[in-house]
Order: sequence, then C-alpha cells, then structure tokens
Amino acid sequence: MNQDIFVVIEHLRGQVADISFIMLAAARSLAQGAGGQVVGVLLGHNAQDLANNLSADRVDYIDHPTLAEFSSDAYILALTEIISKAKPKAVLFGNTSIGSDVASVLSVKLGLPLVSSCIHFSPDGKFTSQIFGGKIMTEGTLPEPSALATMIPGGIKPEEGQSAQPPALNPLSIEALDDLRVKLVNYIEPEVSDVDISTESILISVGRGVQTEDNIELAEELADLLGGVVCSSRPIVDQGWLPTSRMVGKSGKKVKPNLYLALGISGAPEHIEGISDCENIIAVNTDPTAPIFDIAKYGAEVDMLDLLEVLIEEIEEAKEG
Amino acid sequence: MAYTTVPKSSTFSETFYSSLFDVTDGERIRTCLQCATCSGACPYGYLMDYPPGKMIGLLRANRFEQVLETDTVWMCVSCYACTEFCPKKIPLTPGLLTRAKEELLLAGSIPNELQDALENSQRYGNPLGESPRKRADWAEDIEPEIVIMRKTKRPVDVLWFVGDYPSYHPRVQNSARAMAKIFQALNVDFGILGPEENSDGDSQRLAGESGLFEVLAEKNGKVFEKYQFNEIITTDPHAYNAFKNEYPKLGIEYPVRHYTEFLADHLDELKTLLQENGSTRITYHDPCYLGRANNVYDQPRAVIETLPGVEFVEMSHTRSNSLCCGGGGGGMWLDGFQWEKAHARLSEWRVREAVKVGADILAVACPYEAPRFEDATKTVKGAEDLIVKDITELLVDAFVTN
Amino acid sequence: MKIAVPINLVPDLVEELTIDDSGTALDMSWLRLTINEFDDHAIEEAILLKEENDAEITVFASDQEGVDDMLFTAIAKGADQAIKIMGDFEEGVNSHTLARVFRDIIKELNPDLVLTGVQAHNDQDGSIGPLLAGYLEMPYVGYVSGVDLQGGKAIVKKEYPGGLIAEMEVTLPAVLGIQAAEEPPRYVAISKVRQAMKTSTIEERDISELDISGGPVIDRMFKPEVGERAIMIEGDEEEVAARLIELFEELGVL
Repeated sequence: MNQDIFVVIEHLRGQVADISFIMLAAARSLAQGAGGQVVGVLLGHNAQDLANNLSADRVDYIDHPTLAEFSSDAYILALTEIISKAKPKAVLFGNTSIGSDVASVLSVKLGLPLVSSCIHFSPDGKFTSQIFGGKIMTEGTLPEPSALATMIPGGIKPEEGQSAQPPALNPLSIEALDDLRVKLVNYIEPEVSDVDISTESILISVGRGVQTEDNIELAEELADLLGGVVCSSRPIVDQGWLPTSRMVGKSGKKVKPNLYLALGISGAPEHIEGISDCENIIAVNTDPTAPIFDIAKYGAEVDMLDLLEVLIEEIEEAKEG
Repeated sequence: MAYTTVPKSSTFSETFYSSLFDVTDGERIRTCLQCATCSGACPYGYLMDYPPGKMIGLLRANRFEQVLETDTVWMCVSCYACTEFCPKKIPLTPGLLTRAKEELLLAGSIPNELQDALENSQRYGNPLGESPRKRADWAEDIEPEIVIMRKTKRPVDVLWFVGDYPSYHPRVQNSARAMAKIFQALNVDFGILGPEENSDGDSQRLAGESGLFEVLAEKNGKVFEKYQFNEIITTDPHAYNAFKNEYPKLGIEYPVRHYTEFLADHLDELKTLLQENGSTRITYHDPCYLGRANNVYDQPRAVIETLPGVEFVEMSHTRSNSLCCGGGGGGMWLDGFQWEKAHARLSEWRVREAVKVGADILAVACPYEAPRFEDATKTVKGAEDLIVKDITELLVDAFVTN
Repeated sequence: MKIAVPINLVPDLVEELTIDDSGTALDMSWLRLTINEFDDHAIEEAILLKEENDAEITVFASDQEGVDDMLFTAIAKGADQAIKIMGDFEEGVNSHTLARVFRDIIKELNPDLVLTGVQAHNDQDGSIGPLLAGYLEMPYVGYVSGVDLQGGKAIVKKEYPGGLIAEMEVTLPAVLGIQAAEEPPRYVAISKVRQAMKTSTIEERDISELDISGGPVIDRMFKPEVGERAIMIEGDEEEVAARLIELFEELGVL
C-alpha cells in the first residue's frame, strides 16, 4: 500500500491523448498532498517513446504484442495485476472510449470504489465531479485507502501535464496475456465527405447579419486561421449559400464545439436548440436585445463584417510574428 | 432512416381503402372523377410523386403501397385545399392523407423533426419539449394577475385555451399577452389552465397520431371537467378545430369560439378602446383551420376594420383560396424534410403576395403564422419592411393611451 | 439467441434540477424521469439484431415512476419479454447497486448478449454496462455503434474521437455499452403502446435485499455559477477583436 497516484495513459495509434496529460497534472496535486509519487502506467508494444513528455515521477511500462492496440480485456488483465500488486492511493482513468471500458470493470474485480467524471482533485484528497453534462457538481473525499476515479476535462490544460524531461521508465512484465475475448480486427477511417459539424470543435456560425453570399468567405478565412469550420443558422441554408449539412438548429444539427462563434445570429429558439450544449458561445450582433445574448458566454454589439476584417488581420499578424 | 415503408401484406391496399370509409363521408372517395383539381390545388402537389388525385388512382388499381414507397405523403401539410375544392366533396385531408400518414407512423417511419414533436407532445404535453410547469410563465408580468384555474378555484365566464406556441414560443407569447390585455380591457371574466393545459392534439392527429390525440384529449377533458365556465375561447385555430369538431366524438363537448368570433360580437365596445395608430395598409391571411376547415372568414375581417385609419386589402389568394403558411396540420414539424425537397417555403409565396398588394402589415390569427411569415420576410425580396402581427397585437398597438 | 437489455430511468433535464435540503442529493420531488437516451439506443440495436437474426429480447428495469410506460413501449417496439424489478428504488440507487440487481436477473436469463447504454448522465460511480461485465465476468466493449453477429462472436464497431471506428471481435456471451444504434430509435405510435398494455404483461420480480454499497460519499452537491447574460465586450471592432483573440487563446483555439 502506498500513497502513489497512478495514471493510466491513453494513447491511440501513436498519439498520447490530451486527457492523459490532464490526469497527470491533476494527479500531481493529489500526490503532493499524500506524499506519494505520480506514476504513469503505459501499456503498449514498442511504445516507450510515448512516455517522453509525460510529467510523471516514473512511468511503469509494459510492453507486449497483445497490447499493441487497445483491447479492454488486455488492459483489464494487465491493470488488475499492476494495481493489486502496487495498491496505490488512487488510479486515474479517462472517462473515454478507452478509460471507461476498463475503470468500472476493475472497480468490481479489485473491489475498489470508483468515482466518476472528476474534474479536479485537491491535495487533501478531495474530488470535484461534474454530472448531468455539467449542470450539477459534487464534492467529496476519495475513499481510503485505495480508490479509482475517471476524469473529464474541466479547466486543467494538457500543457500542465507535459514535461520537457522524460520521466524514469520502469519496465514491468506481467503474466501472459492470451485468450483475450476482445480483439481489434481493424480500424475504419472516417469518411471524407463534407464536414460533420456536430463533431467539430471550432465553429464559426453566420446568420442574417452576413448579408450576402460573398461575405461568407470572410467567415471561411477566419475558420481556416483557427482550424475550424463554417456553419450557419437556417436562413443562410435556405438561401442556398451553404449546404444543409452546415445548418445548426432544430431542422439541422445539434453541435457541441469547444468554441461557437455566433455572428449576426439573433438566437431564435429553433437555432438555440442546436447549441444548447455549447459551453463557450461568443455572440456578435448589432441588436443588443437579440436573444442569443441570453445564452452566450460573451457578447459584442459590433457589426460582424467589420469585426471579421479586423480579426482576420490581427490573427494573421500574430501568427507571423 | 427510411421515411417510406413497404407494407408487408398483399391485401394492404384493399384493407387501407376500406378503412377510409370509416371516416365521415369517407365513401365519397368511390365517386372520385379523377379531375385532378385536388392535385392542382395542393401547394406541394407539383413535388409529389402521387398528388391526391393520383393516390386515388392507385387505390383503385389496388396498388397503394407504391405511394407509401415514395415521400409523397410527408409533403402534405394538411392545409385542406384539396378537400375544399373537390367537386365531389371527398374528405381528402382527414379521409385519405391523414390515414396514409397513420400507416407510415404505425410502421415507425417518420421524419426526425416530426418524431421529436410527437414524443415531446407525449412526454411534456407540448410539441416544443418545454417543461409543463412553465406553461403559464408568459403571463407572469401581467397586471392584474391572470386567473389560473387551479389556484383560484372559482367559476369563470370564459375559459381561455391558450395553446402550445402562444404559451412557449417567444415570438408568439406576445400575442398571448396582447389577448390578455384585450380581455381585461373588455372586462371579460376569464381564466386559463396554465400548467394543467395540454396540447389540443389536433396537428398531431393530422400528422397520423390518432392514439396520441386521444391521450391528449382525454387529459384535457379531465381538466375541463374540474372547472366551471360558460364557454371556451381560444387563440389557436387548431385547438378551435379540435374542440369544435373532434373532441365531441370522444364525448368532450363544450361551446367554443375562436377569439375573432368573440371580438366580432363586441365590435362597438372594441372601437371605444382604439385610436388611430398612423394610416396603414393591412392585409389578412386566412388560416387553414379557421377558414377552410371552419368557414370563419368575416369575423376576423370585421375586427380588423375596427382599427381606425386602416386601409384593408385582400391578397390574390383569399378566403377559401388562402395559401397555407406551411404550418398546416403537422406541417410545422415537417419543415426540414419539406425544405430538402422543395427549396421553397409556402410562407414565402404568401409573403410575396402581401408585398405585391402593397401591404404594410400582414395580419394573422393563428400561432403558427407569425414566426413563419417573419422568417419569410427575411428572405423574400421587397419584404424587409413588411410587418407581421397577430390581430390581437394590432388591436393592442392601437389602444387609446391615457 | 437471447438478448438481455437492462434499462434505466434518469432525471429529465427539461425540468430544472434542484438540490435537496441535505445539500448532498437532488431534490426528487420536482424531478421528472425519462429513459436514459443511451438505453433507448440499446433497445433499438437489440430490435435491429432481432430483425436480422433469430433472437429473443428481454428488457428489464427497476421500479421507478414511469417504468411501466417505458417497458410497454419497448414491447410495442418489438421486445419479447419485460421484467420489472420491485424494491426500494424510488430515491434512486448507485450504479454498483443497480448493476448487482441486474446481474442476478441476467444470471437467470443466461443470455448470449447484454446490451445497455454506454453511460447515463447521472453516473457517479461508474456505468452499468462495464460494472455488469465485472460482476458477470463477461467481456465488455463500450462506445459501440454497430453490432454484427458471426458464429459465436460479435463484431462490434467501437467509436473513438474524430470519427475513427475500431472493429473489435468479441466472444460471447458479452456485455456491450451502446453509444448509438445503427438507426435512430424508431417511433412507436401511442396506439401500439396502448395495444401492448392490453395484450402483454410485465413480469414483476422481487428482490430480497438491496445492497447499497459502492456509491461515492458526497460532502456537497451544488449547481455551478451560471452567468445570466453574456459578458458584453465593450468598444469598437478593434477592441473587441483584441479581446476575442485573448479568449481564443484561453480556450486553446489559438
């Protein structure tokens, strides 16, 4: 039994997921308070380089051919051994397609309590969780002596869990991982047709305020600079200025980007329906009474076209400089 | 998701045809002349693979399944134009189109928007998916406080059935507030059901969900029974149609009037409340369910004419000839689906007519219309300055200010 | 083949959520319950599988307000059998407890496949699907958006971010956490549900005791600060642009 905080590193096809860094940063606070270490747990095959920028005191690394790709069975077998041997104070998993496949199963297998959807831990062992899609928060203390927790992003930036110095790599071996009941057959790449705005993380949305079809190009320029995609409210699609696949709202798509920039959109209920889950809505409309300002996080009463021109200029300069 | 379906039985067409005779006057379908007036009158007829006339042709050929394999049926907005103009008086809307929609619905194939509206109606008593507890929130700031039957528990003269969109849709809540002001100015003893009110269910019925209609009607019926009132007045022609023509079939019968009928009985009193509000040209759009479905044409016009300084003009499609705004009976919830096919909204045609006749104001009397027509003014050339208002709003705008 | 579909009712977010007097749980008095959206997809996926293969579907749920409607709706859609688990479930129970209750039903049913929603928005101590897999010692794959049965195995489509899909081979019996059915949950006409209420019955099962261990101990439950209106950025387009760039940087967009 120890006061270490273990973090199950999530990686897919050679890339470490952001949630892994976020968990490492969160673990740091817990470990300091408990007087233990932050230990990254990396499972893979020929994957040791993935540990290079993890901010951890050490990384326990298991290399095995059956761990080359994620399989819930393989991870559960490996982690059962690791966790029952080490008995750390806490093990953190991402609340993701990888972490969620294994955390609950391990909770039952190991008889350890599990706390879901944490966004923060404090040095004295308290967790903060977000449920109901963020509408409700809970606070409690991580059960002693050992607990599992899943994490979702919530304020901690990935950079906080990254390190310039590679951590100490601690190779471990475990018993054979055969007779897996879950095996990867192959990957299917996403279709390259028109964008699916419901999965995009940066959306530049235009409404009537864009005035003409040509002006949409300005929005496209901004979208390109930010790595986002242009979408719109219904009237723009009705005009034929954008395809239906770009429509946000009741008759179109529901979106949940990291940033939703609403330009010249009044915020009729039919449109709001499509963005009700968006956390960061920034609205620009010359009408101060536009209902969009009731649900946006930030707003500005300037003309969207004037703003676009200036924004594009400023961002281009910033990128060059 | 497929919105069309292949019925599995070989006798489907026959069975379907016979089921039509159960509708009032349904057997008239046997006397169809195949004149195609219905197909011509249908606003989306030109886009249907099988407009109403052809549907009957296929029924006679025992091949109705073919119709259901296309998306024809979901292009129908239940505007009653076909029914109105059929020389043989075949009840096409209730007796053919609604039944066809019902078949598709029973097979589980319906457009997403419609599915949401129906599921919301079932869960929350309104198609918008809003909390039933908030149904009377629109009335919060009204002074004096509006009587909500459950709280006040006393008999009233008029039970005002507000309706889904006037209760919840921000644009239409304005006309609800206007109606309240008018009732108060006329010293009408009225009350509303507030959170106890459920959707009247008529548009859901026309979209093919007769089961849902019955559930909603039963709920409303039980609530009506709890209270004492002399008549129901409603701001919603769909509710009007339901209470007048459909609820009695379920044993729920009360005297009911549309607000324009009520106001038409109080013209003199109304005039004393109004002052000139600038001279304007007003045209009026006959709602499908007030006009064609229930023959209420004169009363709304009489009410509009009480407005001083107003020049009243008719659009080219008027009275029984009116062009549906697209909301119809369930059309409100087929909007996305129909837009994909038509790339034209019925509301835009109507707004063009209003512009053509030089109107400053397009007056409406149905809750579906204000949002639909206002959206259309944004995209129709020359319509940027056209104002769309419910008759209640026009009246309140012209109230004498002391 | 037999497919078991455990489903659950969760608080409906259409109504505002409020915290009760203890400050550690939701106020249940104003709560409206609705089917967990992902469980709805699980039902749909099960029915799609039944349409392609020869399968028998059993849906089951704990006794909470609205459970009968939910179970009859599943039957109207095509489920063969519905079980209502009687017990002290009114105030809601934690995921571990519910998973243990479902485990006992499933052990009796002995299905080839267990389909359930991948998560629920009120999960505080894990999700039903993987917990069940733990208790039943069955393999588990979550975030599933497609299931194909081949021999004694299932080939499932597992969703990763960015639209990437992994096809996984899973030996049966297995538990699958459904993210999305291959078709959106079908509409079922009210008349069909009413029909199901007349012609089918829901089997009631009593459970001896409820072991409620496993949930997290909450010190405090609260609602996050909700800003009413947007924070307005003052100034002309230059000043607004400058502030927006700052915000973009904060959000990690720039």
